[in-house]
Amino acid sequence: MRFLSMIKMDESKPFGEPPMSLYAAIAEFGEQAMKDGTLLEQGGLLPSASGALIRLADGKVTVIDGPFTEAKELIGGYAMFQARSKEEAVQQAKRFMDLHAEHWPGAEAVCEVRQVMDPADFEPNAG
Amino acid sequence: MTETETRRTIEAVWRLESARVIAGLVRMVRDVGLAEDLAQDALVAALTQWPESGVPKNPGAWLMAIAKRRAIDHFRRAERLASKQNELGHALEQEAFVPNFDEGLEDTIEDDMLRLMFICCHPALSTESRVALTLRMLGGLTTPEIARSFLTSDATIGQRISRAKRTLGEAGAAFEVPDRRERVERIDSVLEVLYLVFNEGYSATAGQDWMRPALCEEAMRLGRILAGLAPDSADVHGLVALMEIQASRVTARTGPSGEPVLLLDQNRARWDHLLIRRGLKSLDRAESIATTQGSAGPFLVQAAIAACHARARVAADTDWVRIAALYDTLSTIAPSPVVELNRAVALAMAFGPQAGLDLVDQLTAVAALKSYHLLPSVRGDLLAKLERHDEARVEFERAAALTQNERERTLLLERAAGCAIAGRRST
Repeated sequence: MRFLSMIKMDESKPFGEPPMSLYAAIAEFGEQAMKDGTLLEQGGLLPSASGALIRLADGKVTVIDGPFTEAKELIGGYAMFQARSKEEAVQQAKRFMDLHAEHWPGAEAVCEVRQVMDPADFEPNAG
Repeated sequence: MTETETRRTIEAVWRLESARVIAGLVRMVRDVGLAEDLAQDALVAALTQWPESGVPKNPGAWLMAIAKRRAIDHFRRAERLASKQNELGHALEQEAFVPNFDEGLEDTIEDDMLRLMFICCHPALSTESRVALTLRMLGGLTTPEIARSFLTSDATIGQRISRAKRTLGEAGAAFEVPDRRERVERIDSVLEVLYLVFNEGYSATAGQDWMRPALCEEAMRLGRILAGLAPDSADVHGLVALMEIQASRVTARTGPSGEPVLLLDQNRARWDHLLIRRGLKSLDRAESIATTQGSAGPFLVQAAIAACHARARVAADTDWVRIAALYDTLSTIAPSPVVELNRAVALAMAFGPQAGLDLVDQLTAVAALKSYHLLPSVRGDLLAKLERHDEARVEFERAAALTQNERERTLLLERAAGCAIAGRRST
């Protein structure tokens, strides 16, 4: 099973910038999870100013350039985990968030953990 | 959190931590069975305490500290082992009450994990026992889970594991760190077990018990761990690459009604490109190590062959000349009739059907291939390409009679019928 974890936070960071020690802790965490064979891929996203929203509404597709001022929490990074259960993926995400709590006092963020659809999920006998 | 949720959380933590805990305990008590019992004691303690206290910040260290304390209790109680008590109990006591596991232990943990892998795949054990023990100790699978994976009974797996533990106890040297030459052999043994586990999962068809496909992921995960523990081994990276590239095709190799889709007919957009990317990266590492060391093992060569397919955007782009050359290498370092048959296919794709047929004709006398349906199937295909339709028809019919797979039989009989029509047309 695969799980996509996305960390989301207020892009304006009212609680200040992340300290260098957090980056170091995240790098170490990532390295360990790679070695453990559970972290398959990870990446960080640039601020939404360099992105765009392509919206479908009323049958019309419109492109709106960033920054996404309307959204409060935006995805800042992602990680793809191989896990044997949802709880296992949640544990990994919790550890990742613990690092934020430890190194970045006052920060507020959400980590969304979602199971990646498996082809087997389409099969009539699945589940 | 409900009680069930808490329990599932603890189980998840356990599966993430148990191998390291057991590995550390094995170093201290030099007994796999005892190490596992002590680790289980720690799990029971977690199940009792964590619902109240919450999961601790460093759950692995917590479990280890409890298990160590239980180890001391065990040696104190065991009066029959009075002499051992002095020696081990004292050493353990000093460590146990300074539970600082965060610093300076990284190297030890890695050594411990490698040692545990070697022990689980010890040459004194049968292959079946190695597989069961590896999944239990390193994968954190329960006996019923292993039994389901291998379509056998709990009792069978239970016996296999307890017999394995006994054998390891008798083979006293199991806990020593092997010297350099032996280390290579021991790594080979681990690789063999991991590939066996992988194939057990890979050969499962869609819709079968989910435990079986999960074996592929487990084998890949353990392979990646081993790659971290033995980063200088080309074969380890080679096997990781092979497994990841093969696993990338799991979805594409089955059609909408469950029929098998051959590699060259697969929709390559359905391949798992994350796994391919990872696999190719592992292969790069394996190849650069092999170049430095001047040798390439069979897993590396097989991975290189798999990579030729993975790199081709469409089947027509496949570099068959390179695949044929890689099969030449493989038939030198790991000769087998099946490798020869694959080599014949590659030669035919690279240099025309006659080149393949020349080799296949030599294989018809090999006893090991007498009832192997792919031999007449390949021969039929090459003969058909050479427009020797009557001979091709006979081969397809022979292959159809030999295969165990109903869908494949239908396919082969269709080809035989096609040859009959083509044969009449050309005369």
